[in-house]
Amino acid sequence: MTTTAALPAKGVPRAGDHRWLRFTARRAGRLVVSLWVLATAAFLMIHLIPGDPVRAALGPTASAELVAARRESLGLNDPLIVQYLNYLGGVLTGDFGVSIQSGLPVAETIAQRLPATASLAVLAFVFAVIVAIPVGVAVAVATRRGRGRKLELGFAGTSVFISAIPDFLLGVALVAVFGVSLGWLPIAGRSGPESYILPVIALSLGPAAVLARIVRVEMLTVLEADFVRTARAKRLPAWRIYLSHALPNAVTATLTLAGLLLSALVVGTVLVENVFAWPGLGSTIVSSIQLKDFPMAQATVLVYGAGVLIINTIVDAALAVLDPRTTVAED
Amino acid sequence: MRSLRRILRTPLGIAAISLLALVLLTAIFAPILWGAQADAVDTDNILAGPSLEHPIGTDGLGRDLLLRTVVATRLSVVLALVATLVAVTAGLILGVAPFLLGRAGKVFTWLVGIAVAFPALLLALFFAVIFGTGWVGATWAIGLAGAPTFARLCQTLVAGIAERDFVSAARIGGVGRFRVLFRHVLPNIGEPLIVNATIGAGGALLSFAGLSFLGLGVQPPEYDWGRLMMDGLSGVYLNPLAALAPGVAVVIAGLAFNLTGEAAARSLGIGSVGVMSKLAALQPRRVAEASPPAPDEVLAVRDLHVTFPGGAGPITPVRGVDFTLRRGEVVGIVGESGSGKSLTALAIAQLIEEPGRVDAETLRFLGTDLRDGDHRRLLGTSLAMVFQDPMTSFNPAKRMGGQLAEVATQHHGMTRRQARARAVDRLAAVRIPDAEQRARQYPHEFSGGMRQRAMIGMGLMGSPKLIIADEPTTAVDVTVQRQVLSLLQAIRDQDEVAILFISHDVSVIAELCDRVLVMYAGRIVEDLPVAQLDQAQHPYTRALLAAVPDMQTDLDAPLATVPGRPVDPAHVPPGCAFAARCPLADAHCRVEDPQLVTSAPGARVACWHAGEPLPDPIAAPARDIEGTTQTGPTTRTSPTTRTSGVQVVV
Repeated sequence: MTTTAALPAKGVPRAGDHRWLRFTARRAGRLVVSLWVLATAAFLMIHLIPGDPVRAALGPTASAELVAARRESLGLNDPLIVQYLNYLGGVLTGDFGVSIQSGLPVAETIAQRLPATASLAVLAFVFAVIVAIPVGVAVAVATRRGRGRKLELGFAGTSVFISAIPDFLLGVALVAVFGVSLGWLPIAGRSGPESYILPVIALSLGPAAVLARIVRVEMLTVLEADFVRTARAKRLPAWRIYLSHALPNAVTATLTLAGLLLSALVVGTVLVENVFAWPGLGSTIVSSIQLKDFPMAQATVLVYGAGVLIINTIVDAALAVLDPRTTVAED
Repeated sequence: MRSLRRILRTPLGIAAISLLALVLLTAIFAPILWGAQADAVDTDNILAGPSLEHPIGTDGLGRDLLLRTVVATRLSVVLALVATLVAVTAGLILGVAPFLLGRAGKVFTWLVGIAVAFPALLLALFFAVIFGTGWVGATWAIGLAGAPTFARLCQTLVAGIAERDFVSAARIGGVGRFRVLFRHVLPNIGEPLIVNATIGAGGALLSFAGLSFLGLGVQPPEYDWGRLMMDGLSGVYLNPLAALAPGVAVVIAGLAFNLTGEAAARSLGIGSVGVMSKLAALQPRRVAEASPPAPDEVLAVRDLHVTFPGGAGPITPVRGVDFTLRRGEVVGIVGESGSGKSLTALAIAQLIEEPGRVDAETLRFLGTDLRDGDHRRLLGTSLAMVFQDPMTSFNPAKRMGGQLAEVATQHHGMTRRQARARAVDRLAAVRIPDAEQRARQYPHEFSGGMRQRAMIGMGLMGSPKLIIADEPTTAVDVTVQRQVLSLLQAIRDQDEVAILFISHDVSVIAELCDRVLVMYAGRIVEDLPVAQLDQAQHPYTRALLAAVPDMQTDLDAPLATVPGRPVDPAHVPPGCAFAARCPLADAHCRVEDPQLVTSAPGARVACWHAGEPLPDPIAAPARDIEGTTQTGPTTRTSPTTRTSGVQVVV
């Protein structure tokens, strides 16, 4: 993540757009390198498995001929460097190999299941942000300068408690209350919009609590800044001081953290999908590990990892737009 | 042990350690006490719901789930601790590699940098693919997944220690890297590492529950909390408690580790957050009394108090300030830091925030009583503020033009376009070159002098009748100081704007102002025209003047200062507040507080010994004390004449 604390030195070039482009290009370069490291790790993953992965996948009863044939078709008998280049070439062209279990192309399964996971993660993230920012700002305003001690304690306690509950447990609790006891909402599968409600809440409540806490702390710091006093000296209405002057300055730290939360949230779908029998990549990765379907597991890990890296890059680029100082701090 | 005792001193620490002790004791004794019972199969009671005998029901073999949840504490906690050990060890190896290997170790820093970007669960799944399902694989997976975080922590800690002098000294002394590592570095990073490992153990516990819940961790017949949750979820329609109870156990145990770590971090770190001061009940002290305003009066202040709640009762840093300001008048307030001059300015501008409070007998601006009601429009258009630090007083995330323009959109009903044009015009008026282009820039692209001028320009967006400048020249260099002073002077000359100029620097005040108010310990002790500064009556004013170096100052002698220390607003002594530092003070001064009374036409002073000759030169050995006697100005240089010479330069 970027460092933002340092203020830029004097003599900053004027053309702001230039700087942003340069910054983004540098970030994109880093993304490419990270993706390459990730792909290499995913490739090595299979070769680090103790014993023969194909034998493990097909089980001890499979005939030696079948194992040998499958090894051949997976290209596992080629020299390592050839396998590596073939793998990288395949990844670049969207060819992730063939599932050992089903014999279907892995890319097909991923294309089919990715939308369910992505929509869940994006909705949960949006929900977390929509809840956290107003709550954080409101609590900051109400508790600044030692006011509202009770509210502060209540908020701190609640947010710590909520963020301490793992998302899958929250999911189970939501299922028990709203699905089983009250019977209001579906508890499994992906059907209509209402099927999203419980998984989204389970995924986003913890991140929302953490985020709201950060927004509050950041806002409290910003509200003490000299420029807020300047804004008050301009006699702007309170909402304008909070939203237009203070909030944009709290957004850097908030967004930095939100980016981390989003990548954690993307991976958190693995657990939540298993609670709600969600037909996404999360169920796929678990079953592929259990069934030792290594090409499938390899590809899903790669997709999740790439998702995380891409999110980080997008967050950094967004930060650079919202807070021009971040680009300078990097120079 | 000492650390433990320090942790136990806070309520949070006690709660955390007790909870952790409970969890650990359960982990040790529960399997011994109930291990067999928890495995007892009861085919008559398969998948029973909650009952007296089985408070949270039974599983598919009729085994009691409450006992199983309690007994599962041991496996859950032990696996989490082992995984944490793996994480810390691997992290330590990766973390000290850059230190041991020098340049080659950079590779590790780089790899760790990439690895920490991935959430731990993803890394755990990555390793789960390699190690396969089962508790052994899961322990390795979770441990290695936590390694990058600890590696990053170690790198930071090691880098911090490695730069310290004693490490450099050891290295220069020819001590090997390994020796330095074990003798000097590791002992110093042990404490933060243990604290973070404790917090990490809480995370490992949750991760393990997650993996087992997914069916990738502990396999039957072994069971941990995650496994129990997984089994419970399949029967969630029949008995939700079967899935929830182990989950609650996970949260409690996770919190126990987390809170202990946090409490340790807090008590071993840099103190705890102090208990907020209690808000003392403050009685309003306001008597409605209004003298008719003089025709050219801009500001009238009578008996102004500013009070803040403090630990030992309210603190009143401003204790009864009286003065008026007429149109076009430039009045300076001078005093040491803590004298209440800035708070007086903020109080007049209605910028004191809760829990601070402002009381006054009269607080009138342009004929309007400011004490009650909302005067945002009046203040927004007719009162301008210039603050001390131009670096921090602008919003770093907004363009300069916009920051000026919003005054006009807010208070003058201008459109965005009109307001922008006005902002550019005002920036040009305060001598900002290329105002049109500059308006599009951010504050960090402005120089300090331009920022301070832009701040004044912001005040000129309306048509101010009063500019309150709170130490506007303190944070800027001498050249900028000149610019600011001459700009304020030009504005006053042009529009008859009154200026209240706060500074701790008498010479700056003498340069700009018509009249000076000297503040000490929250009161005005002397009020006199700048032209009569050399006839100052109050010993404090005279001491301040004596502390100003000028062309006659002997540069070899130590710089003169006002002897003694300013009064702490929380402990204002009875009698004259300056008595303790005053060479003229007697017993009477220490008992009775002198009032501010008229001493000469247009001059007021609060002193029992006003104008009396000082016993000897106060801490200004190189200076004549001619300015401190009542005989009037001599032909020698006085601050006024000296600084008016400077004005010509401007």
